[in-house]
Amino acid sequence: MEVNTNQLSLKADLIRLFEDNSDVLLAGETTEMIMHRKKAFELFRQNGFPNTKMEKWRNTDLSAAIKENYHIYFDPAFLEGIDLKTIFQCNIPSLVTDVISQLNGWFVSENGSLKKTQDGVIIGSLQAAKKHHADIVNQYLHSIANIEKNSLIALNTAFAIDGTFIYVPDNVHVEIPMQMVNIIRHYRNIFIQNHNLIILGRNARLQLLQCDDSVDQQRSVTNTVTEVFIGENSSLDHYKLQNKNNNSTFINSAFFNLEKNARLLTNGITLNGGMIRNDIHVTLNGEHAEANIMGVYLMDGSQHVDNQVFVDHAYPNCFSNELFKGILDDSASAVFNGHILVRRDAQKTNAYQNNKNILLTDKATVNTMPFLEIYADDVKCSHGTTIGQLDQNALFYLKSRGIGDDNARLLLMYAFAAEVINYIGIEPLRIRVDDMVKKRLRGELSICDQCVLHCSSKEKPVHFEIDMSKI
Amino acid sequence: MLSIKNLHVSIEGREIIKGLNLEVKAGEVHAIMGPNGTGKSTLAAVVAGKEGIYEITKGEITYKGKRLDDLSVEERAREGIFLGFQYPVEIPGVTIVNFMRTAINEIRNYKGQEPIGAAEFLKMMEEAKNLVGIHSKLTNRSVNEGFSGGEKKKNEIFQMAMLKPDLAILDETDSGLDIDALKVVANGVNTLKRPDNATIVITHYQRLLDFIVPDFVHVLYDGRIVKSGGKELAIELEAKGYEWIKAENL
Repeated sequence: MEVNTNQLSLKADLIRLFEDNSDVLLAGETTEMIMHRKKAFELFRQNGFPNTKMEKWRNTDLSAAIKENYHIYFDPAFLEGIDLKTIFQCNIPSLVTDVISQLNGWFVSENGSLKKTQDGVIIGSLQAAKKHHADIVNQYLHSIANIEKNSLIALNTAFAIDGTFIYVPDNVHVEIPMQMVNIIRHYRNIFIQNHNLIILGRNARLQLLQCDDSVDQQRSVTNTVTEVFIGENSSLDHYKLQNKNNNSTFINSAFFNLEKNARLLTNGITLNGGMIRNDIHVTLNGEHAEANIMGVYLMDGSQHVDNQVFVDHAYPNCFSNELFKGILDDSASAVFNGHILVRRDAQKTNAYQNNKNILLTDKATVNTMPFLEIYADDVKCSHGTTIGQLDQNALFYLKSRGIGDDNARLLLMYAFAAEVINYIGIEPLRIRVDDMVKKRLRGELSICDQCVLHCSSKEKPVHFEIDMSKI
Repeated sequence: MLSIKNLHVSIEGREIIKGLNLEVKAGEVHAIMGPNGTGKSTLAAVVAGKEGIYEITKGEITYKGKRLDDLSVEERAREGIFLGFQYPVEIPGVTIVNFMRTAINEIRNYKGQEPIGAAEFLKMMEEAKNLVGIHSKLTNRSVNEGFSGGEKKKNEIFQMAMLKPDLAILDETDSGLDIDALKVVANGVNTLKRPDNATIVITHYQRLLDFIVPDFVHVLYDGRIVKSGGKELAIELEAKGYEWIKAENL
């Protein structure tokens, strides 16, 4: 079933759509869930889309994107005639992953909507999981995606039907990284709202790669929400690769809940996109939880990226470290807003925050705002932010050895970004991201035919074949 | 090889070098001495091609018969000019291996040569490391990051050994070095000497010249070379001090 927004404002159209189709949207839900989603809808009706008068949206203006008309699907009917095999193949040399495909926000697979491994790991469509694993889903779904503070979360909660569902039971270490590939492909403007639910039980381990791509220049708005639960002693490595077209508005909200001794690395590589907003909420919900929250963004033209990071130190003896680095060319703009909350009982907290930016032109802009809110008295917290140009002395030094201006600049830019890229623990992935970043910095990376990770496959990868251990 | 005629250089409107003449031929080692603030480092920076604050208001520098004004910093380097920095720059994230490989390949490309092979590059690295007594895996670290003063200066000579320049200008390479490090640096310079290359050693103290024996010593004072001579001039300077020069040039 498909509908268009084209009559009133996007907000009014969405309200009408919900009212007209609530039977479809809320089909099969528990009474409790229906109440929650209706409440979310009411919150959106009251508040509408965020605007630049709101503190958290002061520098990210959605008004141009929401003036357009969009096409919205309530089921994945558009799939007819699409060959899924060719769309979703990923060919990073020596990177083996279990691919989880989403097309226009809907889980797609030729092998059924849910897969369960021998270990009890469940991967598949959230819509199907609601039906077949209601006991698990209802325990977690919508429990940490706060609808009160952000009307886009409310909007997603009201509308989202499908998305990816991953469940890793207690004591299971998933050996092969999972790769969520989210592709948008449509011949009309499209508005996508999907909801992902990722659950790790106790003593579990997972490496997850989340690729968000466009395949053409078609306009789209994506309002996606991901809820992630990391149980006691469990560990998640989460890598986001964002390579969207310049007509994309991509709002990506992720909520991470860490229990005692849980560990999270989330590392976002933003290579391209008209407007990208990453809202990252991390709650350290048990002692000795540890979160590394990283990001690198390389924007040019009139692209805009906004990283909002909120870390809630709710228990003592936890560690969090934020590192975000960006290079902005032309009239690109970036926002970083880091908020660390250390609650009264969260003694012995270690919380660090750093945002560094290089502006290559006078027209590029960065708005960065660190914010520490500390109620405990025995903590170690720091924040730092820098905005600058390439180091002229370093450039002269490199050039004085014979290195040309272009390569000297590239070496410095790459070195700047590498600090974040080096946190990627999957080696073939790191090598590929490395190549992509170099291409991006040389201005040679475009959004690709297919997945973000295909981008450099047409070229021979450049490696220096010296064995470093001998040096 | 290098010919400087009536050079005048200003920084932000203030004249620092005021009519300097210097001739350096292949096979020669020149020492330029002088008190602080007389234009020694400015001279080195201008020959290497540092842009920005330096303005050549008069005069001419030619190198191997080419006017240096026409060459960018990197072209000068590819033509064989090397500047040993007084304050080597720290570059986090750029490894020395990557730095040197890129530099060597750009120079080779400029000369129409193929990129260097891995085996040859490794051999050069090994030789250059031995020359300056780098025994650690220093070369795999970021350029100068966290290096001690001595390590930074050794790293300059290491790079010189890798690039094998025709004209090396060492700007205060001896500053901040203890006697052992000084010997290592001097030994590097002496070993790299060839009949077809030249070295200009810029120094404040005579001490370095105990180990690097110059063919010519020049005294730079107030933007001009006020005295030139053989290595005995350095000894005389050490004995009499720069006050002697200042008194003569009042």
